[in-house]
Amino acid sequence: MSRPTTVTSPAPGPPAPPPPPPRAGRNTWRRALRRDWQLYSLAILPLLFFLIFRYLPMLGNVIAFRRFQPGGNIFGEYWVGLRYFKMFLTDPTFWNVFTNTLVLGALTLLFCFPLPIVLALLLNEVRTGSIKRFVQSVSYLPHFLSIVIVAAMVMQLLSVDGTVNQVVQATGGDAIPFLQRPEWFRTIYVSSEVWQTVGWGTILYLAALTTIDDNLYEAARIDGANRWRQTWHVTLPGIRPTMVTLLILNIGTFMAVGFEKILLLYNPLTYPTADVISTYLFRVGFASSNFSYAAAIGLFEAVIGLVLVLSANLIARRTVGTSLW
Amino acid sequence: MVTTEAAARRTDTPPRPRRRRGIQQTRGYRAFQVANGIVLTLVVVVTLYPFVNIVARSMSNEAYIIAGQVNLVPRGFTLDTYQLVMSDSLFWTNYRNTVFYTVTATLISITLTTCYAYVLSKKHLKGRGALVGIAVFTMFFTGGLIPNYVLVTSLGLKNSVWAIALPNAISVFNLLVMKAFFESLPTDLEEAAAVDGLNTYGILLRIVLPLSKAIVATMVLFYAVAFWNSWFAAFLYLDQQELWPVTVYLRNLIAGATGAENVGSITEANEVQAEATLKAVTIVLTTLPILLVYPFVQRYFVRGIMLGAVKG
Repeated sequence: MSRPTTVTSPAPGPPAPPPPPPRAGRNTWRRALRRDWQLYSLAILPLLFFLIFRYLPMLGNVIAFRRFQPGGNIFGEYWVGLRYFKMFLTDPTFWNVFTNTLVLGALTLLFCFPLPIVLALLLNEVRTGSIKRFVQSVSYLPHFLSIVIVAAMVMQLLSVDGTVNQVVQATGGDAIPFLQRPEWFRTIYVSSEVWQTVGWGTILYLAALTTIDDNLYEAARIDGANRWRQTWHVTLPGIRPTMVTLLILNIGTFMAVGFEKILLLYNPLTYPTADVISTYLFRVGFASSNFSYAAAIGLFEAVIGLVLVLSANLIARRTVGTSLW
Repeated sequence: MVTTEAAARRTDTPPRPRRRRGIQQTRGYRAFQVANGIVLTLVVVVTLYPFVNIVARSMSNEAYIIAGQVNLVPRGFTLDTYQLVMSDSLFWTNYRNTVFYTVTATLISITLTTCYAYVLSKKHLKGRGALVGIAVFTMFFTGGLIPNYVLVTSLGLKNSVWAIALPNAISVFNLLVMKAFFESLPTDLEEAAAVDGLNTYGILLRIVLPLSKAIVATMVLFYAVAFWNSWFAAFLYLDQQELWPVTVYLRNLIAGATGAENVGSITEANEVQAEATLKAVTIVLTTLPILLVYPFVQRYFVRGIMLGAVKG
């Protein structure tokens, strides 16, 4: 069962080990700087980017604990403690959007994680190279479209005069304004997500499939395994590291469910199922100008996301021995 | 798509007799191949249908669209709406903006990414682990929408190209792919160049980059497509319609936002060709550049992703 794996996690690199060992101290740093100062100088601008546009906003989250006035200090005016956190914990809308986030995240994971594996396995069984390449090229295409275009296409297909409603009417039903109906939003969201991501999602699996040793199939055949059992006992274990890695990454984005797409597709009528944490904080921040409250919600979401990815990674390392770091 | 694929897996087991009878599993496998062919055909059809449909709508007469009669082929063929959209000066201004933003942002991104990836690829470098960690940590934890907005606003970047280019200058994924590539380059050339007296900048520019044309091209494409497609930063930070990229133009059109006054005037100008075709035409015209270059650049994307996955 256990076999060598050449495909490893796409996100390498351990998180920052603390820089210099205290003993070696200044002296070696001085030597390193003297020898490599040109290399270090190349890192200055990128580091400035990370500090200003990535780490400063992290610090900017202190406004979740402080009173913030637009146009005032970007770190807020004075401390208010956990006021904004208490506010959203007692806000019924917050719990509604929290539930929606979990449901949409879970549905996305449920479909968008396994379907690329299925499609990759099916593609792997195609014996004619040109057909395989054609199907691949076509299925990758939606990945390259702007989310605005995808949303626009969804709206056209689902409009009252669109194709879907023509099918509905042809089968004797009445036209449904799908995008106005909360009970349809989850279906629409998940299927458009499947349409856009599944093809591109096969790439890593197809790469992993090519690394599986043919001798293993040979051995399985000699042992009397049919195609189905070969898939089950050779192919799937062969791509397991890739599956685990992508599962961890998917879990990492669980809370951030397609913010931009929802923002484009939802409307007040569909808020009951479509409104998620990120869209809610967007409205709190920009429609009601309550930046501190919105930042508190955002911080809450980001922390949950971090906890999710860390625990998924830990569990994966303990149970299957594959992890991001 | 979902159900058909699941069904196809199941058809694996019950074998369907077909032509010569071989061993049981061979027949089963043949049946599977047929089912597989059907499923993959469905995948292709489902993927392509929205494109065909939108083109058909864009060339149809509005009356047929409202009547719900346009699917695969245009009905009441007309190109009037194309003329209308293309005569809207805002559309072209926004298109030019998209090109300008994409070029500027991609140049900044590729420069910063190359520099940092090169530094990170030097295994002997003191503090390398920390430099990698600084980047990787931001993949899993970010400041979030509100603090970013406050920052960009207070830096005075609103209503300028910098609001689009700078906050997303480095994609950590691209950075790691490039780092993996640089690490795979043989070191002897660089060492020889160093012995010949070339400094680090010279080595990077004259030795490493010429060897890395393929990966640089791939990264340029990754960034360019991302910036070409992006809309949210522009939506958030650009208040004036002359500054929008074309994605925001399209967004406002489909959202029926009040901002798109020009579009309103178009519809008044021609009562026959109204909303539905307008949207379809704008979608087609924004998608077209991507569709045109896609066949030629697709393999670079695949290669880039593979490199990141296998090396990472």
